[in-house]
Amino acid sequence: MDGLIYSILGDPFVQMWQMPDFFIQVIWEGFVSGILYALIALGFVLIFKASGIFNFAQGIMVVFSGLTLVGLHALGVPAFVALLMTIVVMYGLAFGIERLVLRNLVNQPDIILFMATIGLTNILIGGGQWIFGSETKSMITTELLIPTGSSVWEPGGGLVIFQHIDIAAAVIAALLIVSLALFFSKTKVGRALRAVADDHQASLSVGISLNQIWVITWFAAGIVALVAGIMWGARSDVSFSLQIIALKALPVLVLGGFTSVPGAIVGGLIIGVGEKLFEIYWGPLLGSGVEGWFAYVIALVFLLFRPQGLFGEKIIERV
Amino acid sequence: MFKKLITGALSAAIALGASFTVVHAEDELFIPMLSYRTGPFGGNGTPFANGFHDYLAMLNARDGGVGGAKIVMEECETAYNAQKGVECYEATKGKGALVYNPLSTGITLQLIPKSPVDKIPVLQMGYGLSAAAMGETFPWTFAYPTSYWSQMSSILKYIDSNGGLKGKKIGFIYLDVGYGREPIPLLEKVAPEMGFELAMFPVAGKEMQAQSAQWLNVRKERPDWMIMWGWGAMNATAVKEAAKTRFPLDRFIGNWWSAAHADLVPVGEAGKGYIGANFSGIGTDFPALQDVMKYVVDAGNSQADPSTVGHVLYNRGLYNAVLVSEAIRAAQKITGKTVITGEDMRLGLENFVLDQARLAEIGLPGFTGDVKGDCKDHEGAGGVFLQQWNGSDWEKITDPIPPMTDVVQPLLAAAAEAYKADKPEWKGQVCK
Repeated sequence: MDGLIYSILGDPFVQMWQMPDFFIQVIWEGFVSGILYALIALGFVLIFKASGIFNFAQGIMVVFSGLTLVGLHALGVPAFVALLMTIVVMYGLAFGIERLVLRNLVNQPDIILFMATIGLTNILIGGGQWIFGSETKSMITTELLIPTGSSVWEPGGGLVIFQHIDIAAAVIAALLIVSLALFFSKTKVGRALRAVADDHQASLSVGISLNQIWVITWFAAGIVALVAGIMWGARSDVSFSLQIIALKALPVLVLGGFTSVPGAIVGGLIIGVGEKLFEIYWGPLLGSGVEGWFAYVIALVFLLFRPQGLFGEKIIERV
Repeated sequence: MFKKLITGALSAAIALGASFTVVHAEDELFIPMLSYRTGPFGGNGTPFANGFHDYLAMLNARDGGVGGAKIVMEECETAYNAQKGVECYEATKGKGALVYNPLSTGITLQLIPKSPVDKIPVLQMGYGLSAAAMGETFPWTFAYPTSYWSQMSSILKYIDSNGGLKGKKIGFIYLDVGYGREPIPLLEKVAPEMGFELAMFPVAGKEMQAQSAQWLNVRKERPDWMIMWGWGAMNATAVKEAAKTRFPLDRFIGNWWSAAHADLVPVGEAGKGYIGANFSGIGTDFPALQDVMKYVVDAGNSQADPSTVGHVLYNRGLYNAVLVSEAIRAAQKITGKTVITGEDMRLGLENFVLDQARLAEIGLPGFTGDVKGDCKDHEGAGGVFLQQWNGSDWEKITDPIPPMTDVVQPLLAAAAEAYKADKPEWKGQVCK
């Protein structure tokens, strides 16, 4: 019994103390993972906030945007032109989704809209495989001037490796978040979007076009998906299995709240760092491979105290 | 009017569909192709399916089929999903299927109990249940040219001959599904006997492209060698993570499903030095492959991108088709029939001979090791060789490494006994 208590409450902290360089590395890897989870969660949040839809297709949108970018470049289009063309494709996708799916489902129950996004997922998988093939593809990292290579820090003879691509991911994610925050707070469209998020009926009554707002929201989620696709793709290539990564964002949403942009960021970081620490220092007690489910444990523990999520809005419905 | 048109079209479609389900013509050999070109593993399933299809299509175009009978293939998409695989099996078994090549351990495990009932053999080439190598227990399942356990023993032999195993720590990173877990019993058995320590690093399906935790653990455990049982996008990510954590890639060995062009081309120069197992030839420098190019690929009858012909997985699919066609020939010879049944095919699989002379005869000189069908030994004990990624292509670095038969055989026998222990109705066979 004493041995078990030491394994849980003593040994992990001794390891952290004895190998501080490795501990820093674990924190850094968790931080980078957290940022990437947050990027995916952000796409979910944007759409949920504006339309109340849980967009099951967010994962495949990450893959689709990444494949479009790589596919256009493979056709000989210069990298930055391909990037602009991909942004146009994501706008076309948002426009098509609004015209062909959402517009016809206005006032339908949420579950119908959710099911529609499952249908959309399968269409994007099938269409994507038809257009781009199913092989794993390399992200055009250097062509997009994303730094590669690594820098080493040797504190006290230890070793901490910082991949430049991870640093770039953190910077790009931060810029994206600041841009979105400015867009929501400082622009007319952004304020309209927030109004729609607050109350559809009231927004309509003051002349805000719901359809236009939906296109903008899905387009913004498409841009976030593209950034996530580029960063994830640069770390581990672009393949259809990347869509499963979206599942990693679910505990982030549970923790951060489905309607909060800061919640997605802070939730992503808590989950990213928390799951890495637990996997590395406490995982061996449970036979490793605990990272996947432990993220949900963190999220559910938080929900015990804040059922609406870390930054979610408290919903009070009066009868 | 519109409704009538729809109803009419549907009725016609159903009627046509019904006519398509009839058993194939008398001079045809029906081979169902359970493949996956979609899903998370589609990138690896596609070249394999292309190689399998194109070789048999080449035999049709060049020789008119096998032994005077044309081969009819029907591709059924499984998406590497066991349930879909079983649906494909059920949908095609009544059409005169000669043999099933499930291309998935999960699907294979589902089909093994079905094959004796339907009398259609299963050929699990390079995957599936290792214990199926025991022909007396598994009369309807075949594991040519070698099993996962034998492969693992060959890899361990290579490590042993490159600095020894005793006192070393071996890391095993694997896709945490039936396929990835398959060699664990062998590792756990031989680790104490051979004096090495084992460290396990499972990778869940949704973490295939997010392996930083596993590789942090690798850095913490500091294994001397790493062995990988991966598939699909997991492979490229693992090699990239290994390079990132500065693990020496010439001490990182992937199994034969973790060492294809599809895995390492996206990694490129960063994967230089990584080692992988293989049992089939690489490249197009074989007369049979030239014929495939001439009769199928250049003729526009292949789905393959011509640049992928000769790649690891294309050639492995092709080799699978070679085993099938050679077993058909053997069955035709034994029975004297042109059109054979699943039962005849089983006999063929137990009696074909694919030695170097025969490989040269069919245009694949030196393509692989000798394999001989046998009643008792459904594995063939073919040795795997190792290849190394040079930054842009694979290079063969060893001759075939024979498995540790003395270690593997007792384990296979015990596993076969364990498999049938809770199945009182299970029927084996007695071999002479």
